[in-house]
Amino acid sequence: MQRSILTRQRLIGIFLVGIVLLCSPALTIFDRATTWHGYPVSFLYLFGVWLLLVVLAALAVEGSDR
Amino acid sequence: MLGPKVIVVCALLYLGLLFAIAYWADRRADRKRSVISSPTVYALSLAVYCTAWTYYGSVGRAAASGIGFLPIYLGPTLIAALWGTLLLKMVRVSKAQRITSIADFIASRYGKSQVLGGIVTVIAVLGVVPYIALQLKAISQSVTIMQSYPLVNDTGVVAAIPILQDTALYVALALAAFTILFGTRHLDASERHEGMVAAIAFESIVKLVAFLSVGVFATFVLHDGFVDVFDKAAAAGVMKTMTVASAGGYGNWFSLTLLAALAVMMLPRQFQVAVVENSDESHLRRAVWMFPLYLLLINIFVIPIALAGQLTFAGTAVDADTFVLTLPIAHGQALLSLLVFIGGLSAATGMVIVETIALSTMVCNDLVMPGLLGRWKRIPPPSDFSQLLLRIRRGAIVVILLLGYLYFRFAGEAYALVSIGLISFAAVAQFAPAMIIGLYWRGGTHAGALAGLLCGFGIWLYTLLLPSFAKSGWLPAGFLEHGPFGIALLRPQELFGLSGLNEITHCLFWSMTFNIGAYLYFSMRRQPNVNEATQATLFVDVLKHERPFGVALWRGKAEVHELSRLAERFLGVERARYAFARFADQREVESVDQLPADAETVHFAETLLAGAIGSASSRVMVASVTAEEALGLDEVLDILDEASQIRAYSRELEQKSQELEAATGELKAANEQLKEIDRVKDDFMSSVTHELRTPLASIRAFSEILQDDPRIELEQRRHFLEIIVSETKRLSRLVNQVLDLAKIESDNADWHTEDVDLGELIREGAESTAQLFAERGARVICEVPAEPCVVTADHDRLMQVLVNLLSNAVKFAPQGGGVVRIILQAHGRNFRVSVIDNGPGIAIPDQRHIFERFRQGSGGTEKPVGTGLGLPISRRIIGHLGGRIWVESRPGKGATFIFELPVNDGA
Repeated sequence: MQRSILTRQRLIGIFLVGIVLLCSPALTIFDRATTWHGYPVSFLYLFGVWLLLVVLAALAVEGSDR
Repeated sequence: MLGPKVIVVCALLYLGLLFAIAYWADRRADRKRSVISSPTVYALSLAVYCTAWTYYGSVGRAAASGIGFLPIYLGPTLIAALWGTLLLKMVRVSKAQRITSIADFIASRYGKSQVLGGIVTVIAVLGVVPYIALQLKAISQSVTIMQSYPLVNDTGVVAAIPILQDTALYVALALAAFTILFGTRHLDASERHEGMVAAIAFESIVKLVAFLSVGVFATFVLHDGFVDVFDKAAAAGVMKTMTVASAGGYGNWFSLTLLAALAVMMLPRQFQVAVVENSDESHLRRAVWMFPLYLLLINIFVIPIALAGQLTFAGTAVDADTFVLTLPIAHGQALLSLLVFIGGLSAATGMVIVETIALSTMVCNDLVMPGLLGRWKRIPPPSDFSQLLLRIRRGAIVVILLLGYLYFRFAGEAYALVSIGLISFAAVAQFAPAMIIGLYWRGGTHAGALAGLLCGFGIWLYTLLLPSFAKSGWLPAGFLEHGPFGIALLRPQELFGLSGLNEITHCLFWSMTFNIGAYLYFSMRRQPNVNEATQATLFVDVLKHERPFGVALWRGKAEVHELSRLAERFLGVERARYAFARFADQREVESVDQLPADAETVHFAETLLAGAIGSASSRVMVASVTAEEALGLDEVLDILDEASQIRAYSRELEQKSQELEAATGELKAANEQLKEIDRVKDDFMSSVTHELRTPLASIRAFSEILQDDPRIELEQRRHFLEIIVSETKRLSRLVNQVLDLAKIESDNADWHTEDVDLGELIREGAESTAQLFAERGARVICEVPAEPCVVTADHDRLMQVLVNLLSNAVKFAPQGGGVVRIILQAHGRNFRVSVIDNGPGIAIPDQRHIFERFRQGSGGTEKPVGTGLGLPISRRIIGHLGGRIWVESRPGKGATFIFELPVNDGA
């Protein structure tokens, strides 16, 4: 029970991180019309954050069994 | 190789495959070997979120506005992180109350209200049926495009096909058949549709594989990877500026993210797969990351496909919405085109199937049932209408699908259909305040939810739906530009003068503001009533209780056979009897007839019915066969309060029991002590009687000899009499000492404390025992300091101790050569008196017991003559006077008895 509460709290933390990275003025830092190694910076940033959120969520829920 | 007929055959074969999968999964479920009881299947079934709108439309949006399509998937990604609490609550509430649709959920939350359920159903149908039409349109369009293979059809004309030749119609009918077969197999809708879920999960895999295939083809076959696509697009001038700012701005970005986050929870089909079809709460855990991962994968190639399409079709009229399909066709990839076509078909059919099941349940339970129940108040209802209910559901499915199809035929390319995706999202987002706030705040009332929903729905209708009709040319466009009756302030897309936002953001802002505002305002106007407060607690506190406790909230009269007859009428005789028999088993009664007609049974019947006809109708039906006594609000609140206090109570109880345990321990210890004391007393008594009997026996024996034989010689006679006298003395001494000990132990002795000079006391003691020493031929040596050594003591008692020690010492001293030394000296704050003999000493084990009663030293050469009470008495006297007494001895080296008493320095 205690474990699952901790997992829930971690997930809420991940949600807040996601809000800050995707829906706050922080987004504008990387929202540039330039490219990085040929990739548009915004494209890289958004998919990078997306992948980060997926990985964090996976670690939070699957890692807590151990 | 791809002729028009081949396409249709492939489409129908694919649908046949879906039937087969669903049939197989249903059979497995019947044999209790579920294939969908897996967290991965659950996560895949949630991907029904990605419809044909995603599959074809994302590329179109990317071609038009760069990364502007991403919030539709980032919103769900973000909200998925909250599923651990939010969705868990929804799932648990729904399981406890057998909630089978979002309309039922909201109706249930606000006191099982038929009105709310009806309103939610109407909003859902209005918002979602056009969305179904969009799927059918996508199917029809993709068939048309495929049929012109290997040419690329750039006309996009669909409506030109006669209706009876339109594959989409047959697909719609096939889907209706599928949904009826696998969606309405039996009535208890809370028993999930395993076959359908298996088919949906399979479709999710198909559409992902198909989309990734065309993505890889566009990115790595047509071009040399992402960077190459970006470079070529930039060189060709089709590269959009890939920033949020250029894709509608940040405000739009945020509002779309919020809208999608709400929609993924509120869309009827999402509620169906995420909540109703959930077979195990723990499956949520994997969905939390796997669903966002799915969204990530299905979006990663959207922009490359859009750019590759624009590069390929530069200067032609090919619609970007069809790039996914036309790109492989243009490059002669027959198999890939077919795969993509099947993928699109799976995206569309998956959505249509689940949405139709969800809507048909809502229409049946929340629109038709209340109407029928109202009618049956006047005309008696049929005795068995489980079949009627099934027919209503099936009818609803056919009607919804046909409505969707007709809307698509009617709207065609109209704006109202093309833009329905987000309009539909905005409609279902209106459920969010009543749903989500209602899950966390007890104060929400029926009036609040009703007002919120109506306001939100009204604003949505006015600012989004009507303008889309106007833009389609179905309404005069004038009211858009000038406002109704020329009132500029009421212009639908610039309401109250709010301009500068796009239409979705504008609608979301106003509808949510009025929705939440009205919800809060009307909720706070009065206290929740009994029903609302009951349901509020069941929803808000659902995670606090392992089991639902709604059963305690009913009081009245009921007949079990009435309840089971009611269930039989709605569920069919067989299913109802089976459910009741299982319930009887659970309650451990022999048969259904023996079920007590109590709150628990009524609650069981009500939830059983709720699965079939919705909670609001179920409540009405159960109330019609039972006589419920109204509980007062205070009573209900008390019960709920109690229920939520149970945990606190149990904690308190635990503490109490711990205290009790401690007290029990203490009592046990005290009891042990008492037992020990009792045992010691018994020992003492038996020792005393034993000690009394020995002299008594000899007195009696010698007295009898003297009595029986008068001719005993005088000498003999005198000897006997001496023994008798000495034994009598010993007896009386023993009795005196026992009494003495008893007196001291019970604190009843008289103490005359005064200043006593120990030196003088020792000299007196030596004098009084001089006779004894003389008899044994022993010497006594006193080593006493010249100055007085004064202690506070009872003189006679202290003398008793000293004489006892001296007589013991002389008793054990060797005959003729005994030397007893008495030494008095100051020792710290005490005076110490040592009585040292040169006898045999005391064995170490005996030293510990020598101060106990009747433990006599056994080292003497003769049988000791003491009573065994002298030392115990001495110890008690010294203890009473505040000092201590002990023995030091080494066997063979004599014994030293020492006592100390505190110095009296005249204080």
